[in-house]
Amino acid sequence: MPKKVLYIDLSSGESWVEEKQELFEEWLGGTGVGIKLLMEECPAGVDPLSAQAPLILAIGPLNALFPAITKTVATFKSPLTGELGESYAGGRLALAMRFAGHEAIVIRGRAERPCYISINDADVKIKDATSIWGIDAQTTGMILREREPGVGRRSIIRIGPAGESLVRYASVVVDTYRHLGRLGIGAVFGSKNLKAMVISGTERVDVPDPRKYREVYNKLFRTAVQTDVMEKYHDIGTTININVLSYLKGLPTRNFQSSSYPEAEKISGEVLADEYLFRRLSCAGCPIGCIHVAALKTAFSPHHEFEVRKVSYDHEPIYSLGSNLGVTSAKGALELIDACERLGLDAISSGVILSWATEAYEHDLITPQETLGVPLQWNNIRSYVKALENIVKAPNEFYAALARGVEHASARYKGREFAMALAGNEVAGYHTGPASIVGQIVGVRHSHLDNAGYAIDQKAAKKQLDPEQMVEEIIKEDDFRGLFNCLVGCLFARGVYTEENILDALGAVGIAKTKEDLADLGRRIFEEKYRFKAREGFDLARVRVPRRFFETVSTLGMIEPQTVEDMLRMYREKRGWA
Amino acid sequence: MTEEAIKPRKRRRLKVAHPERCIGCLGCMFACSRTNAKTASLQDSAIKIQTQGGIEGDFRIIVCRGCQDAPCARACPAGALEQKPDGSIVFHEELCISCGKCEEACLIGAITLNKDKKPIKCKHCGACVAFCPHGVLELEEVS
Repeated sequence: MPKKVLYIDLSSGESWVEEKQELFEEWLGGTGVGIKLLMEECPAGVDPLSAQAPLILAIGPLNALFPAITKTVATFKSPLTGELGESYAGGRLALAMRFAGHEAIVIRGRAERPCYISINDADVKIKDATSIWGIDAQTTGMILREREPGVGRRSIIRIGPAGESLVRYASVVVDTYRHLGRLGIGAVFGSKNLKAMVISGTERVDVPDPRKYREVYNKLFRTAVQTDVMEKYHDIGTTININVLSYLKGLPTRNFQSSSYPEAEKISGEVLADEYLFRRLSCAGCPIGCIHVAALKTAFSPHHEFEVRKVSYDHEPIYSLGSNLGVTSAKGALELIDACERLGLDAISSGVILSWATEAYEHDLITPQETLGVPLQWNNIRSYVKALENIVKAPNEFYAALARGVEHASARYKGREFAMALAGNEVAGYHTGPASIVGQIVGVRHSHLDNAGYAIDQKAAKKQLDPEQMVEEIIKEDDFRGLFNCLVGCLFARGVYTEENILDALGAVGIAKTKEDLADLGRRIFEEKYRFKAREGFDLARVRVPRRFFETVSTLGMIEPQTVEDMLRMYREKRGWA
Repeated sequence: MTEEAIKPRKRRRLKVAHPERCIGCLGCMFACSRTNAKTASLQDSAIKIQTQGGIEGDFRIIVCRGCQDAPCARACPAGALEQKPDGSIVFHEELCISCGKCEEACLIGAITLNKDKKPIKCKHCGACVAFCPHGVLELEEVS
């Protein structure tokens, strides 16, 4: 199967395909190919929202071929952090790219007016999107569904008003309920006047040895569905963490002022599952069905007239738009998630920004004049929805500052010590200990998923890991995930894809690798990403750690600034950077 | 002729038992093409999962019902789709003239054509059943 990259230049309106066999041989696919293409395509120091900044989507060699290998990676320069932008989404995007025959798509330039890209196998069209500019992400999906071919095998990805307004943490909604969420890829779409992409294809993949392929497939399928490696994701889902973390003093509450939440039960996965969950869905090619969708029913008159909205939820948004905003009802949290979906905002960043703003408002760092009379108070759902809408509209300097992220807003309005970002990216829903903090600082995209520091803290709580062992675990995860993200599998299935299983699966599609090859590739990808980060000005020694982390007890007790500093020093030494 | 000899043997038929339990993983489609066409593909699958209004909506599961008096076999002018006394359909590929009449004859759209314009039709083999994580599909015996 030839490995092809589709290039689309929105400025000239041209598109073409290039065969890149060597690129894929050396970097396998997914994040490996993504970072190489970004290095090639992105001029050093470029404004991430300019026409010169590229946007890259990539899948890997196993996508659509094996269970739970369902993700697509987007690589770009982040308008939020000014350095490496990388975001992952499930849904049907990977499958659509596979069967359209494009293992990677590079988008260059800027369209003259709002457009969307329609890809149907080799046929690529750039179409006018003026009439849907300004429309929310859900409705945009509905309109394009009627217009475009490929029912049942296509993917529709689109931005909402937040991406159009260049909010620095705008997301791209993928097939409803899934997202290229983090680091502002929605704003990159917006800056290119790109409202949406619809991708579908009819190709088939001929595997070299169908029998071997079936054997490996069956083994992986059985591991995924018949063992407990993925159990947690299909019953209650990731929100099972809410009660657990609160009990373990690891659930960020009211902007990290506390790590256990007396109201946790009310927004817990258990309550959501019992009272709101109405269906579970799956990304194409995954038997687990972890997408939990709640029916949010609200009366809009006293005469039994209801609005019903279908809202998907997970641990992270229930933390960021729930406990971290002092929200005391599942309904409240779901309403805020729904607002982020409509507007096309990243749920984690949005929640962290609102929680900072709420505290800043409490401390009179910002005034009611600045909030335009919106009372930013814990658990005030109506105000929070209004504030999110204002962030997108940016009617004044204050909301425009919020639209640039908490790092920027707190530099302007003070309250740095409780502006919960690391390296410019708003933090995820864990206050488990130093590995979570260090992991997000050193991670290639400053995400909790770069190395799962939060899981290392939890392991440390049981097994008494010392800081050095925690650092070693972080490095191991950094490198393994770099490799796994070349396949672009779902990280929930990382327990299924052991090294041996990855080698078997690659072998079944005719890619011969060794354990050493895999380890080497993971390291090289990490290094390549750090080369990009350094080129764009990232300096590990200059990352600001908000004081709040050290003032609130964590799962591993109070965290000393010295511990974090020591771990960062060890990390640099072990990476050979000292 | 004894009664036993004329009694048709039981055939197996795929049944969409619980369509509302579908989670849209497409595992059945991949299982079908993997087993029957030896490819990884959505096009080669004899069972189709379609969305209605995106994944917010309900899934539609389109697959052969195993009709007793099968219109696809009746429509075939070349005798390529032959209905046996037990009701099962056998496809004689060498007789197929790629006319597409079978596809037209099936009202529910359970027959699609492959790249050679030959029918992709469910054999009721049950490969998909094993890969449905939610028990949507069952294999039943028809007397």
